[in-house]
Amino acid sequence: MSTAQEKPETPYNFAYLDEQTKRMIRRAILKAVAIPGYQVPFASREMPMPYGWGTGGVQVTASLIGPDDVLKVIDQGADDTTNAVSIRSFFAKVAGVKTTTHTKEASLIQTRHRVPEMPLSENQILVYQVPIPEPLRFLEPRETETRLMHALEEYGLMHVKLYEDIARHGHIATTYAYPVKVEGRYVMDPSPIPKFDNPKLTNSPALQLFGAGREKRIYALPPYTRVESLDFEDHPFRVQEFSEPCGLCGASGVYLDEVILDDHGGRMFVCSDTDHCEGRREAGHRGHLAGAMGAPGAEAAE
Amino acid sequence: MSAPIDPGEAPLLSVERLTRFYGERLGCRDVSFDLYPGEVLAVVGESGSGKTTLLNCLAARMKLSSGAVRYRMRDGEMRDLAALGEAERRFLMRTDWGFVHQNPADGLRMNVSAGANVGERLMAIGERNYGEIRGSAHDWLSRVEVPTDRIDDSPRAFSGGMRQRLQIARNLVTAPRLVFMDEPTGGLDVSVQARLLDLIRALVAELRMAALVVTHDLAVARLLSHRIMVMKEGRVVEEGLTDRVLDDPQRPYTQLLVSSILQV
Repeated sequence: MSTAQEKPETPYNFAYLDEQTKRMIRRAILKAVAIPGYQVPFASREMPMPYGWGTGGVQVTASLIGPDDVLKVIDQGADDTTNAVSIRSFFAKVAGVKTTTHTKEASLIQTRHRVPEMPLSENQILVYQVPIPEPLRFLEPRETETRLMHALEEYGLMHVKLYEDIARHGHIATTYAYPVKVEGRYVMDPSPIPKFDNPKLTNSPALQLFGAGREKRIYALPPYTRVESLDFEDHPFRVQEFSEPCGLCGASGVYLDEVILDDHGGRMFVCSDTDHCEGRREAGHRGHLAGAMGAPGAEAAE
Repeated sequence: MSAPIDPGEAPLLSVERLTRFYGERLGCRDVSFDLYPGEVLAVVGESGSGKTTLLNCLAARMKLSSGAVRYRMRDGEMRDLAALGEAERRFLMRTDWGFVHQNPADGLRMNVSAGANVGERLMAIGERNYGEIRGSAHDWLSRVEVPTDRIDDSPRAFSGGMRQRLQIARNLVTAPRLVFMDEPTGGLDVSVQARLLDLIRALVAELRMAALVVTHDLAVARLLSHRIMVMKEGRVVEEGLTDRVLDDPQRPYTQLLVSSILQV
């Protein structure tokens, strides 16, 4: 993808990483695509950002991005938060690529903890930032053992966690990083996306890649892969439901963030996907709080 | 206590000249015996006599230096344990076998509730109905006399005796045919020990499991086992029906062992 490279205005190689490193990462990605849901170890590099800020995702993006790509970066659904803005400007600088906030214009989307509301297409790649790739980590701390468990398909322990949830809370209380089974084989951590987004993983036309920099693992969901969320027969998987639509654009059936408006208990629910929300507002949709944004206190104080 | 052995039945476990060395040091040597369904065999001897080595070799937790251990699978076929694949071996361990550790913390998941501990094996073999898993857990807790209202408590909140009973329930939930026990009553006070022994005895009889119990406590061996094997320095020095060995020991070492029991 990054063969013909015109040098941007930086002393760095195109997209920051050297070509050998990108090759190594692409090799790991190919293996990950060949074995959906399997965690492929790779020689993760130091990146000019702290661990936990998306070093895995950035390395995957850097090894895939080409001069013609259009990059979108989202952080918890938003295009305008520190992490998203920084990574976007990082690639604008070291790769000189076009960036965008519009999901449908992007060819490459790096995301932290959300899947865009707009359905993706076959021409898009979604790169997830993953803090802890091992879904069994908190159940079995030994990495040697968890790798063996994956190899032998010993996933009873994963259900022990769900059992504990139901025993304690009466329902499966895991709301994010909800474990999934890929093509009936590997159990995978979908990264800390809300479980609301889990149904978007299955049968997606876009290639989905997961990079964990600190943990040095890459895994993948090739397009049109079957992804099932784990559950019990009598406690089936369910996504979160919201009692009101987005306060700004009136959208329902999307993932909403709760925003505290004042210190009198005032709150509103707005789309977590800022691009989706803006798009709807431009198209004329209005939520019940639209326009109240200028004076947020007024609305809540009655 | 006589073993409910059907004379026509094939052995469940067949051990032939089992030998294990730790480098130059001997663990155990030339141990041969057969274990039949429903039979309880006690292995006794002092510390360092090779009991635990033998147990670990039998339960496929350790490789043999030489010799063979064969096990009759549920389909009736005798299989050499050394020739089983890792996946088969682990499947055997969580379905057909149980392993009761001396220290319950080694055999339990201390971070999850008692109910999940009992249900884990069921979930591992594909049970996906919460209500049924919980039902089994409830049933087993009451069978091992753990109060069922503590089903959602962590084993950390349990006493030593309760933890040991929970460990037994966790192992028996898949109706194993063979259970290995390493000093199952070690570290418990005598009244708790007596109740636990009663429980194990009843369960073994009811479920018709075979069991291999390693202990240094001859009283435990007397109460639980049909047959006894006395080990010293890695070898079996005497073997026979429990009552015979304990009442009429033939070998000098066994005589010493039996006469060393403290009388109160």
